[in-house]
Amino acid sequence: MIPSIRRTTLSRFVYGLYIAAFFVYLFAPLVVVGVFAFNDSRFPSPPWQGFTLDWFVGTAPGKLGLFSDPALLRSIGVSMKVAFFVTILSVAAGLANAFLLERGRFPGKGLLYGMMLWPLVIPGVILGISILLFSSNLANFIDDRLGIEVAFLRPGIPLVVLGQFSFITSITTTIILARLKKFDLTLEEAALNLGATRAGALRTVTLPFLKPAILGAAIIALLMSFENFNTTLMLVGSQSPLTIHMYGMMREGTTPVVNAVSLMLILGSALLAAAAAIAGSERRR
Amino acid sequence: MRSQGRLALWLLLAPALLWLTLLVVLPHVDMVLLALSERVRPRVYEYGLGNFAEFFKEPLYWHTFARTAVFSVLATLLTLLIAFPTAYYIAKLMRGRAKSLAFIACLLPFWVSELVRTLGWIILLRETGVISTFLVSTGLAADRVELLYNDAAILVGLVYSSLLFMVVPLVTSLDTLDDAMIEAGYDLGGSGFDVLREIVVPHAMPGIMSGSIVVFMLTLGNYVTPTLLGGKNSLWFTEQIYNQFITRFNWELGSAFGILLLLVSSGIVWAGLKLSRQSLGTVVRA
Repeated sequence: MIPSIRRTTLSRFVYGLYIAAFFVYLFAPLVVVGVFAFNDSRFPSPPWQGFTLDWFVGTAPGKLGLFSDPALLRSIGVSMKVAFFVTILSVAAGLANAFLLERGRFPGKGLLYGMMLWPLVIPGVILGISILLFSSNLANFIDDRLGIEVAFLRPGIPLVVLGQFSFITSITTTIILARLKKFDLTLEEAALNLGATRAGALRTVTLPFLKPAILGAAIIALLMSFENFNTTLMLVGSQSPLTIHMYGMMREGTTPVVNAVSLMLILGSALLAAAAAIAGSERRR
Repeated sequence: MRSQGRLALWLLLAPALLWLTLLVVLPHVDMVLLALSERVRPRVYEYGLGNFAEFFKEPLYWHTFARTAVFSVLATLLTLLIAFPTAYYIAKLMRGRAKSLAFIACLLPFWVSELVRTLGWIILLRETGVISTFLVSTGLAADRVELLYNDAAILVGLVYSSLLFMVVPLVTSLDTLDDAMIEAGYDLGGSGFDVLREIVVPHAMPGIMSGSIVVFMLTLGNYVTPTLLGGKNSLWFTEQIYNQFITRFNWELGSAFGILLLLVSSGIVWAGLKLSRQSLGTVVRA
């Protein structure tokens, strides 16, 4: 509050009302998603027909709950698999990139850094189609010349992993690089003076210092992979990840089971957000 | 020792080079080449601008393109208008714990998948949805109203999914504005509007620019929100690209569309950065 500036009660009231409306706008969609996950009705909409847990645990046909819907469970499995590989790969590449940019001395470093940020300004759909057509052309070329069919270059899980990796690595790189920039090089020199090998100094001094950033980058990568839609849509094969499956359900009209999944996603992201916040506060220390 | 250093450098360079050439540069080069090739006979292609000519000849294509661009500008302006008072309130009128709580509350919804947020809007806006039911039960509407599948619904959803990217840079830039500057403005006889126009907005300009750039870019490339909230009438350009690639299997035309979208998107980002004299690094991090 800036005390010296007098504002009329009315203007203060109107402003307060606006802020309240803003937060209602912000949270209303999430609240209704959560509430209607427990509605005992065939459709995720009013009227309220009573409380039920059927959309989580129900097994009756036509009223299949989340935990007994095989297609839904399969898509969650696919998403987890994709997210696992994307996280491992993008954190590893991000770590290498951070060291390269901070420690390496070579011409064109600024250009390389700019290139690394570039995927963030390419629309996800474009990233998806460009990788789709490049890999398809490559697969066709290999097939024509050598008569070998390279399955992983066709739409499917490996291509989805590569597509997501292509822009999530930009994010993991910036997170880890920011932390590495704060590292005091004399600590590593001290370790070397005390007789540590290069690898030993890296393992016992530098990597522990980077741990919060690596953890934070991994959480963000996991979440972004799990929630990605645009790039994934273009590269998906016969096995759909959760977001693609949910999109199909929402287009066709669905039972509140989609609310139940969404509520789980909300809780999952809240947990990850809390974990990332803890990793972040450790990073700033 | 030196050769060892060189080896380490190449080992560190390898992932970056593989990533950027195989997944970013070559796919885009391939896309440009494909966009420039015309099919003269089955399996026979020639280089030419035919795909781009096709885009301008078919009204549906460039209408969709223009519509997407106009809606993105509109969504960006609306997001700025809606986010600014909130950002000012958080940055200047709140203190301590309440302030950080309000700021975090602004971030929270965006940790959740865009699909979940869109599902929320569907439940709120559809004919049998929460708002329609509320209007009928309070007697404000005689019959159920369909609020979904129109342009306004698309805008509501687009603004909603963009708020975070506007609020955060605005709060960050307003935080550095000294309260004394605002007081001085009033002391010198300025009205609230004068202070806003002469002091607050100029100071927040870097935040306004970087927020707007990011919001415009994300809106232009959005897929889920327009297609789900707009239904069959959404006519969004990314959807057109998807149709050419996956439904029609016309990859040449789809690539041309992709390049047009990429050009507009990068052009706006570039112009925005030039105008506000910022670098990509600072905008991305904000």
